[in-house]
Amino acid sequence: MIPILDMVQGPVRWLAGDGPMGDRILSTRVRLARNIRGTRFVGRALEPELISLRDRVLDLGLSISALPGANAMPVGDLAVMDRQLLLERHLISHDLTGDSAVRGLVLAGDEKVSLMVNEEDHVRIQALAPGFQLEAVFEAAQKVDLELEAHLSFAATPELGYLTACPTNVGTGMRASVLVHLPALVLTQQIKKILAGVNQVGLTVRGFYGEGSEVVGNFFQISNQTTLGLSETETLTKLSRVVNQILEWEDRAQENALRDARLQVEDTVLRALGVLKYSRLLRSEEVVGLLSAVRFGHTLGLRNVPSVSVLNDLLLRCQPAHLQRAAGREMTAEERNAYRAELVQKVLEVRDAPRFDP
Amino acid sequence: MKCQNCGESESTIHFKEVVEGNLREIHLCEACARDKGFHIAIEHNKLSIAGQFIWMAENLYPESAAKVGSVQCATCGLRYSQFTRIGRLGCPDCYGAFQPQLMQILRRVHGETTHRGRLPRETTALAEPETPAAVTPPPRPEDVRKQRLRQLRRELEAAVASEAFEEAARLRDSIRALESEPPGEPG
Ligand SMILES: [Zn+2]
Ligand SMILES: [Zn+2]
Repeated sequence: MIPILDMVQGPVRWLAGDGPMGDRILSTRVRLARNIRGTRFVGRALEPELISLRDRVLDLGLSISALPGANAMPVGDLAVMDRQLLLERHLISHDLTGDSAVRGLVLAGDEKVSLMVNEEDHVRIQALAPGFQLEAVFEAAQKVDLELEAHLSFAATPELGYLTACPTNVGTGMRASVLVHLPALVLTQQIKKILAGVNQVGLTVRGFYGEGSEVVGNFFQISNQTTLGLSETETLTKLSRVVNQILEWEDRAQENALRDARLQVEDTVLRALGVLKYSRLLRSEEVVGLLSAVRFGHTLGLRNVPSVSVLNDLLLRCQPAHLQRAAGREMTAEERNAYRAELVQKVLEVRDAPRFDP
Repeated sequence: MKCQNCGESESTIHFKEVVEGNLREIHLCEACARDKGFHIAIEHNKLSIAGQFIWMAENLYPESAAKVGSVQCATCGLRYSQFTRIGRLGCPDCYGAFQPQLMQILRRVHGETTHRGRLPRETTALAEPETPAAVTPPPRPEDVRKQRLRQLRRELEAAVASEAFEEAARLRDSIRALESEPPGEPG
């Protein structure tokens, strides 16, 4: 088996345990877009040119100290299912999952930092961490950036900063995002108003599944929309301020929910836990919703609720490619639903689920 | 409000843009928006603000779009019209080749056109002046006025972009007042 896939078989290293404010903030991510000076952007360059660039970056990725224990590979060598697996772990983006011979991936041993090669831009440096830690994640990405810079000549001008294939990324080339859990704001129907406000201050909100998807399970990805005119630090400060503000509103909504509808809230959490523990078939989006409700119970301080790291782990391992990788075979949606229910029971240590005799 | 394209259905998709300080609004029905390729924006949230702007330039101002569409990047050969279709530039030099159009896009997308973050060390080295800067003479009042006008116009665009229309109106009045001052007088 290809080493990189061995690596990603186990629990998600970067999600393991929970980071600062881990019950309310799932993860923090920073991505830096870089292109090589004097080379056409990916969409317009010729394949041999891109392949030699890819191989150069893959070699380089193995040698730099900010990517310890790294694995490097051409994405074209991966089966579709394995690409899907990496996508579910946020280690490659939608773009990279398409069939392309020119793309590459370098992944640090702890899965926290990676390089995506020949996606929309020549190089995208990505750093991920559990919980809310924008500064640490940015520093991790910047370390890689500085090391790469010693070997690669990046396209940039003093006026426009880093030049990117799409003008929406020019400047810092930085996209920082925070995946927040806002159940009480959804419950009290204040969320729309708040998200509209977020858009007004130059930040965007996306759903759990990343770009262009529906928001599921009360998870919202808040990120900077602009990359020009603010420094990296200013952008991170602004994002952090807005996230903190939203969390304050979420706190207030939670207090109100507990004050006005304590039993109903408890009931929702317990029912969700009940369905997770005692089902035969669980759909993918259904699980995200149920895990969100249980997480809410955790945040509210209910005792006897599964830990945040267990919830994080399930969130990831219940996705289709992870299930199929664990089962070691391709499965239909129905088979996956059965397998998913079984996995959840195993992880939650349910031993008394009623069964037919074999 | 009726759709600007077909004039029949109610418009459900709305855009705003600022051209030389004037606010323009675009209102379309969903069918027309889909017809014009906006379904991408509706369904996948994929089409960036840059894409929306480009779409407007092509469809609502066809004459000027044809003129700038033929501009070509000497390095990679990309035409501006191709960029407007794919939304991606061909090479780093495209930023120079399409500069006037891109500046408008950048202003709309980012609200700014000047980078403030870090640069690769080699770019920083290039940007440093080769000779020590001479002692700068005090600025002329006219230059101060021009600079102030530029500043106010930037703020106006930002105000409109964030739909702070009262603030925008105030800024517009300041700009008019400053513009009507005879040149040479201190502001
Ligand atoms: Zn219409
Ligand atoms: Zn070019």
